[in-house]
Amino acid sequence: MARETLYDKLWSGHQVQALSDGTALLYIDRHLVHEVTSPQAYEGLKLAGRRPWRADSVVATADHNTPTNEWDKGIQDPVSRQQVETLDANIREFGARAYFPFRDAAQGIVHVMGPEQGATLPGMTVVCGDSHTSTHGAFGALAHGIGTSEVEHVLATQCLVAKKSRNFRVWVDGVLPSGVTAKDLALAIIGRIGTAGGNGYAIEFAGPAIRALSMEGRMTLCNMAIEAGARSGLVAVDQITLDYVQGRPFAPSGAAWEQAVSWWRTLVSDEDAVFDAEVRLDAAALQPQVTWGTSPEMVVNVTGQVPDPAAEADPVKRSGMERALVYMGLEANTPIEQIAIDKVFIGSCTNSRIEDLRAAAEVARGRKKAASVRQVLVVPGSGLVKAAAEAEGLHEIFLAAGFEWREPGCSMCLAMNADRLEPGERCASTSNRNFEGRQGQGGRTHLVSPAMAAAAAIAGHFVDVRAL
Amino acid sequence: MRAFTRINGLACPLDRANVDTDAIIPKQFLKSIKRTGFGPNLFDEWRYLDHGEPGMDNSRRPLNPDFVLNQPRYQGVEILLARENFGCGSSREHAPWALQDHGFRAVIAPSFADIFFNNCYKNGVLPIVLPADVVERLFAECEATEGYRLTVDLAEQQVILPDGSTFGFDITEHRKHCLLNGLDEIGLTLEHSDAIRAFETRMRQERPWLFA
Repeated sequence: MARETLYDKLWSGHQVQALSDGTALLYIDRHLVHEVTSPQAYEGLKLAGRRPWRADSVVATADHNTPTNEWDKGIQDPVSRQQVETLDANIREFGARAYFPFRDAAQGIVHVMGPEQGATLPGMTVVCGDSHTSTHGAFGALAHGIGTSEVEHVLATQCLVAKKSRNFRVWVDGVLPSGVTAKDLALAIIGRIGTAGGNGYAIEFAGPAIRALSMEGRMTLCNMAIEAGARSGLVAVDQITLDYVQGRPFAPSGAAWEQAVSWWRTLVSDEDAVFDAEVRLDAAALQPQVTWGTSPEMVVNVTGQVPDPAAEADPVKRSGMERALVYMGLEANTPIEQIAIDKVFIGSCTNSRIEDLRAAAEVARGRKKAASVRQVLVVPGSGLVKAAAEAEGLHEIFLAAGFEWREPGCSMCLAMNADRLEPGERCASTSNRNFEGRQGQGGRTHLVSPAMAAAAAIAGHFVDVRAL
Repeated sequence: MRAFTRINGLACPLDRANVDTDAIIPKQFLKSIKRTGFGPNLFDEWRYLDHGEPGMDNSRRPLNPDFVLNQPRYQGVEILLARENFGCGSSREHAPWALQDHGFRAVIAPSFADIFFNNCYKNGVLPIVLPADVVERLFAECEATEGYRLTVDLAEQQVILPDGSTFGFDITEHRKHCLLNGLDEIGLTLEHSDAIRAFETRMRQERPWLFA
């Protein structure tokens, strides 16, 4: 039998039927739902007179539109409120395995909530109308984002019509140095292969440096697979995976746990499995990363400088770089550590888990934000992350440093709620996209790790967290 | 879904690589619970000089005269010429909804981001991948020729240039069938209901924890 990759195993294990043109019907185990990409799907179901195929596969929460302060006042923006209330109504009408609505104690960003509830399990197919669904691949699950038509399709049929991706392996040797995190690794990989490098592929992250990552780190890495163009990121199952999953509310227990584990342990790529593409990196050579432009691939070492478009031979790339520098208000060859910032955002489905908050708090402990920094938002990924952080006293460290401690949600990662950048404001952000206008029209985003974001808040400009 | 067979439409060049779905339709317009009405906010931050919010009368907003879609020669455009990795970023289907609502029937680029590429087919917008040198030629001809029109023939899987030269493109049979006939994909999948049920029954035996 041909040696299989982890992706091959997950694919064949969920194929209901091969279709004549090389696509297949793929069975979906877990359907995560949020308020932004679901209303038109439920409306489509209603108009066609259909019911969900399996409502107990649905786990839902409200996250994109929800405010992160003054929860007692509800949602002030009437358009946002209508979208969240529409989700409430759709879950009431069509049902779900679980729903964590606005202000629920376990409400949170869908990609934080799913894993912490055990709603994401190894070997599952997981979809959500959100591109960062790749996050759940950290569990050895086949997980990817879908559009609203596919949300409706999965609700109605429990399947997707899908075309198999090709296999890409990113092999990372060595150990990440102190101060260099999974976020830096993700950005370095994107810098290496580009934002289209993973188009058409599922990327498996493998090698000693990946095995050494915590589940939080693996989620950060898989979360950003989509920024490298890959709909799915994957990490093979190991003891770290099992230890994280065991005891979570929706995880199996007793005999079912043993039965599940015996299958989950097979969720690794076979030795000698063939990948269609591979890149190798040495973790030990990595530095903290900072993006300088308007695409996540526009990234350099913190000790580096803003690149010069004049040195780029490709005319399309060169004009993209020139446009990015204008938008970002930066001059070529400026040292990264001389770039001053106005705001800091610590949060998002990339970096809002307890480990991320601990890393930021460690930097902030006993220090104060620079006077020139207008606002430092710390937005935990879920109500449970918030409670855990408060139990450890992390919120007191943040508040003493002049940071704001907020309620959970997507917040300023995409600025659908009131948290946003004003035109021209420059932000050190732990989120995943530095696109034009992403954090507010005219806002300028630099992607960094939580520790690097906290360090920038203290210094008022980017600074190598290893030197603090 | 509206059927797509053969169109002859005005083309417009958008000369930027890595155009993301945040640029195609900014987040403030994602609060709608409808599928329609996104066209006036397509490329909102590039198209207008002011900041757009839902509920504004877009016909009264100041247009950015430098943005290609605002130029008189590109009014009534149906085919978008784009660069590498078009549609990267968020999975928002509002992006193809906005393109479709503005009147676009096809997007031609050397490459697309995967999720956006999928989403287009569900909405009668045909994403066409052509080799980089061909796309380069289309950009040059389109910019040099006012009223530049292309023909897209889905049945024949061909893009036909004004001088009659043709370039073939790939599409899976299933997608082609759905687009040509304007079919509801859910209805087609439900024809396999027995197979889905059989798979589910087997999984309840083999992986019962998934159904707990």
